[in-house]
Amino acid sequence: MNSITNNEKGLMAWINKRLPVTQFVKDHLTEYYAPKNFNFWYFFGSLALLVLVNQILTGIWLTMHYKPDGAQAFGMVEYIMRDVPWGWLIRYLHSTGASAFFVVIYLHMFRGLLYGSYKNPREMVWIFGMIIYLALMAEAFMGYVLPWGNMSYWGAKVITQLFGAVPFVGDALVEWVRGDYLISDATLNRFFALHVVALPLAIVALVVLHIAALHTVGSNNPEGVDIKKHKDESGKPLDGIPFHPYYTVKDIFGVGCFLLIFLFIVFVKPDFGGLFLEHDNYVPADPSVTPALIKPVWYFTPFYAMLRAVPDLQMGALVMLLAIVVLFFLPWLDRSPVKSIRYRRWPFKVALGLFAVSFCFLGWLGMQAATETYKMMAQLFTVYYFGFFIWLFLYSRNEKYHQVPERIEH
Amino acid sequence: MTESVNKSRRNLLLSTSAVGVVGAGFAAVPFLKSWLPSERAKAAGGPVKADISKIEPGQMINILWRGQPVFIVNRTDEQIGVLESLNDRLKDPQSESAIEPEYVGNIYRSRKENLFVVIGICTHLGCSPKFYPDLVPQQFDSEWKGGFFCPCHSSRFDISGRVFSGSPASRNLDVPPYMFLDDNTIVIGLDQEKA
Repeated sequence: MNSITNNEKGLMAWINKRLPVTQFVKDHLTEYYAPKNFNFWYFFGSLALLVLVNQILTGIWLTMHYKPDGAQAFGMVEYIMRDVPWGWLIRYLHSTGASAFFVVIYLHMFRGLLYGSYKNPREMVWIFGMIIYLALMAEAFMGYVLPWGNMSYWGAKVITQLFGAVPFVGDALVEWVRGDYLISDATLNRFFALHVVALPLAIVALVVLHIAALHTVGSNNPEGVDIKKHKDESGKPLDGIPFHPYYTVKDIFGVGCFLLIFLFIVFVKPDFGGLFLEHDNYVPADPSVTPALIKPVWYFTPFYAMLRAVPDLQMGALVMLLAIVVLFFLPWLDRSPVKSIRYRRWPFKVALGLFAVSFCFLGWLGMQAATETYKMMAQLFTVYYFGFFIWLFLYSRNEKYHQVPERIEH
Repeated sequence: MTESVNKSRRNLLLSTSAVGVVGAGFAAVPFLKSWLPSERAKAAGGPVKADISKIEPGQMINILWRGQPVFIVNRTDEQIGVLESLNDRLKDPQSESAIEPEYVGNIYRSRKENLFVVIGICTHLGCSPKFYPDLVPQQFDSEWKGGFFCPCHSSRFDISGRVFSGSPASRNLDVPPYMFLDDNTIVIGLDQEKA
């Protein structure tokens, strides 16, 4: 390496010769220049990281007291809640953390929609983010099965049955996923392995790639202005500030606000009125009795409402799959050169607003019993969900927009 | 660069890579196959017996076979009487695409006209439908003539397990193989044809 410029002495010099720790810290913290105008929407990235750490830490502790056994699993959760010292807190941190993860991720993704953070040159950042979202859904679903309550059981049954929609090999695939003719001990065991080992490994690796891709192209900002266009003599962006200490300190404030809300829920209302921990899951798994109203946890309900809206299994599963796949293509569906919503005109603002509303409404519908009226509403919102992307593709081609400033002006 | 390529070295490189890929494919087989049902799970699917003498007309019992609920319904004459009239509201009134033994191929879908045996698993996504035997209007169907309603995604089936049009399920409820040992005893999972 270049020993002339490296005039450090002592322990750090010894280490840096062997592993470039100082250079790494510079590249990603003290000399990673982020735009100076981040607002509160930019808290959710670091909060997602915080929740991930919380899930891994509490998850490791939960595995110390849990047995993935069809005959014992439900009892082990009761044991953690009642007999393990502080077990209730560790479990509530984990279960509330799962919901918090999705709150944070949905807001993080919406930030991307608002400010066009998925656009050139950040397509890879968006795609890695989408893969993380998919992995997170698998992780959350399998984690939900582990307490082995009746909703765990029937939820697992309904979701694994979706593989039956695959043409020709569907039924064999369902058996392969379950490892039995029904949801059983074998299913519980493999879900445990995937939830505790395979998926967390994959998620951590994907987060590293997500951040590596981001730090290669640099962060977007609420103005959607490229700060790398204007640099000073030493090559630092004029509108950029070092991530550390500026944004680390800002994020600590965000963490404080987040923990206030998060811990309030953990201590006061951990089941969140049946939204975070469902009432039917306080009954042990029973293969002969389906709960009166089967619904997934709230973060899956928008897609569940789409599935129910279609009166055919294969089509319904396809619609649900497409609802997620279409998001992967967003960087190419939105052809407008303008990134931030601040410089786009009212048609986009209205359409994106309605998109968010329809997504939330679908989420609400997915929690209700399916009556004819609700089914029709779900169909309407599903059409809007897909219509938004089609409209965006056509509209953004020759979109009229406001003049985007050269630099960040405030 | 291209001129200095050693052809035989390059071929060796490609064939080594190809062997590596094939080897990785073979190595994946045991990992994928280990997800299939174990020998123990396969062995656990034996036939089960049930006493049917105590099922009153209009009543249903629910027994487990291979871990799945099997419904045994003693249908009333009124319930059987309306079956014919429902045909045009159904997706598959003659059960042509249904999964069922050959000996139940009629609108009753049973060996004895009144006694209906069916796997209580919705063919949509595997919930267990609820039994709504009465011929009265329901919240989910104003012309209800008795049958099964799945609370998960509102699939509706008549009292022969045939699916109504407009339901997300596309196949009638499956009928398991079964036979009668005597007037009071039924065996699920076994029939004369297989015995």
